[in-house]
Formats: sequence, C-alpha cells, structure tokens
Amino acid sequence: MLDVFLTVIRRDLLLAYRRRADLMNPILLYVIVATLFPLGISPDAEFLARLAPGLVWVTTLLAALISMESIFRQDFEDGSIEQLFLSPHPFSLLVLGKVVAHWLITAFPMLVIVPLMAMLLHMPVQAVPVLWITILLGTPILSLIGAIGAALTAGFRGGGVLLGLLVLPLYVPVLIFASLAVSAAADGLAVSGQLAMLGAGLILALLLAPFAISASLKISMG
Amino acid sequence: MWKFLHRLSSLKYFYEWSGKWVPWLLGLTAVLMLVGLYWGLLVAPADYQQGESYRIIYVHVPSAWMSMFVYVVMAGAGFVAIVWRTKLSEIVVSECAIIGATFTALALVTGMLWGKPTWGTYWQWDARMTSELILLFLYFGIIAVHSVIEEPRTAARVASILAIIGVINIPIIHYSVTWWSSLHQPNMQLISKTPSVHPSMLYPLLVMATAFQFYFVSLLLIRMRNAILYRERITNWVKNSLARD
Repeated sequence: MLDVFLTVIRRDLLLAYRRRADLMNPILLYVIVATLFPLGISPDAEFLARLAPGLVWVTTLLAALISMESIFRQDFEDGSIEQLFLSPHPFSLLVLGKVVAHWLITAFPMLVIVPLMAMLLHMPVQAVPVLWITILLGTPILSLIGAIGAALTAGFRGGGVLLGLLVLPLYVPVLIFASLAVSAAADGLAVSGQLAMLGAGLILALLLAPFAISASLKISMG
Repeated sequence: MWKFLHRLSSLKYFYEWSGKWVPWLLGLTAVLMLVGLYWGLLVAPADYQQGESYRIIYVHVPSAWMSMFVYVVMAGAGFVAIVWRTKLSEIVVSECAIIGATFTALALVTGMLWGKPTWGTYWQWDARMTSELILLFLYFGIIAVHSVIEEPRTAARVASILAIIGVINIPIIHYSVTWWSSLHQPNMQLISKTPSVHPSMLYPLLVMATAFQFYFVSLLLIRMRNAILYRERITNWVKNSLARD
C-alpha cells in the first residue's frame, strides 16, 4: 500500500520536474508580493517589523490558494483521476499522495524563501525560526483543506474564484495561530501553545481531509 | 415511522403534506412574533445601563442563534444527502444556505446598530462578531456553489460536503478567533461579562427565539415547495396540481 502511495508521489514529482520552469513562478510571485508591502505601506523598519508576521502569512495563504487550483485540473481533464479511482487501491490514499506531492512542489520551496522575506520585512531575528516552523506545520494544512475545495470545483467552469470563496474562510484558524506564534516569538514570548494548536490542526486535517477529498472528486466526476 | 419517512422523501408526497402545515406554521409564527415583540419592546423594563437601545437583542440574539442552528440543520441534511442521496435533503441544503445567510446578516446588522450607541462604533474586531462574519462567508461560499454549478443535484452534493466540513470547522474557527481577540484586545472583556439576564427580559427573548424557529421552519417549507415545483416542472403531477389551483 505504501508502494502505491509512493508511486503516486513519484509520478507527480516527475511530471513537475519535466516542467521545472513552472516551479519557480509561485516563488517569484511570493517575493514580488512581499516587495509590494513596503512600497504600499511604509519602508519604516519598525512599522514593517510589527506587520511582518501577518503580511508573510497572508501572502502564504494567497500563494497556497493560487497554487491549489492546478492540483487536480490536468489529471481531471486527461482522465488520470478516473484511472486512480478505478484502481483497486484505496482512493483516499492515492489522493493523499497527490496532495503530498503538490505540497512538496509548491509549499516546500517557500521554506527556502521565507527567511529571505522575513529579512526584507525587518522581522526580528529570533522570530525567523518560529516563522519557519509555522510554515512547515501550516502549509500542509492549507494544502489539505485547499485540495478539498479544488476537488469540489475541478469539474466546473468558474471554479477558480469559487475555490477562493470556499477555502479562504476555512484557512482562518491557520492564519490566526501561525501569525500569533510569529508575533509572540518576535516579542520574546512562549510559542509552544500556538505551535501545538497548528500541529493538532495538521493531524486532524491529515486524518479527515483525504476522505473529504476523495468524496469530493467522486462528486465532480459525476 | 420509517414508512412515513420513506413516503416523505417522495417530492410529490412532501409537497402535498407540507402544504397543509404552512398556514398553521405561519399563523403560529405571527402570533409568537407579535407577543414577543410587544412584550420585549413595550412591557419589559429598560436596561439600567443601556437604556432602551438594548431592546434590539429581541431580534439580534434570536437571529444569531438561528444563524448557527440553520448551519447545523444544513450540515445534517447534507449528511443525509451524501449518504442516502435523497432529493428532498438536497433541497433542504440549498434552501437552508440562503435562509441561514439572511439570519447571519441580520445578526450582524442588528449587532452593528446596537454597537454604535453602546460602544461608539459600528464595528469592532470582537471575537463573536468576527466569527459571525466568517460564518457569513461560509454561507456565501455555499450559495456561490449553487450559482456556479448549474446542475442542481451536483451543486447540492458539493454544498453538502462543504456544509459538513464547515460544521467541523466552525468550532475551531470560533475558538481560534476567541483566542486571537483575547490576545489582541483585552479591553473588550466588558461585553463577554454580560450580567445574567433578568427573567422580565429573558422570557420575551425566549418567546422571540421560539418565534424565529417557527419562522425558519415555515420559510424553509415555503422555499422547499417552490424548489420542488421548479425541479419537477416537467412532471405531470406538478402540471395537474398547478392547474387545480
């Protein structure tokens, strides 16, 4: 069973690697948006440092949302999803593999770029490791919840905007706990509570989301 | 009882059965609402701190209760729609979304009207207001599903999944927002410290809450009957029953 799971991940990673120029685009978008904030708000370092946790996390939320749209689209159109569904292996495990691969492709590079963004926004140095951990714990939740929305909207025109409407309200707890943790770390306070909540959220999402994703894909396939 | 439920899941039977109930439910709603409003607005004493402005709670609190109650009803119907694929529960999901969104909007608007004289501002990022606003967004998402997906049965199934996910998420959202606002705005504690309500104010509130429940059920039945007529518009029984009226 683990074999099948890994095969799905390997296939999606390989497909992404064959079009590796596309991989950089979300990261570039992420960095460009981060440059817009000082231009739009103020270049004042103290001011930016106070806003930085929220800015980084709102940007992450939007980047995750934008990347989610593509997770099932191509496989949906060329029929690969139906083939996965028809295979004798548990469908929810296979779609979990797809979500993991998608997270590795889109969110993992964020882990590299996020310290740079934190520096650009003058975030205090002691908050950067905590920011890094919140990205590590938070983005898989975003991917899992987003995949439910993507699965629900995969088969329909105008699904892109709908995806945002459906998914962003569900992202609220992740945004709150993650940016609270980073703010607390910037003020030199304890962060274990917020990180524990994020971890608990990740476990809950890992347990429940695969079933919701597979049920949603079945509806979209009709 | 199972036999009755089974028969009720037939749209034609439900249409005829609910037709008998609607006038009674509407009448009961009207009586309860008049009694509750008279009692709440004219008989109940004024609040010693807030004066007369507190009386908006007779609309505000029942709407806020209904905004959550309707969501739970919608998720329950969504569960039934996913598991047993009954058309009737799909209609409940679709119609609850609009009614629920209206109650939520009403709770927010009345809350803002009350906030202006009491807090001096229409909007505060207070925990309850924020989570109510997010609840409104969740309702909007479900309504949007029905406008984007044309096939009503598919739309209802998508909406059902969303409603079920929402029901798991609403407590999480609520507690995270509570935690967030208690860390950001300790000065807002004054609202959560509401003194326990005196019976002279509580009883009219309960009457209004009951009135809102009946209002919801009557509205739901009326909307469902219209939706049934629309969905079954090509069938003979609809043509016959419309010709009879």
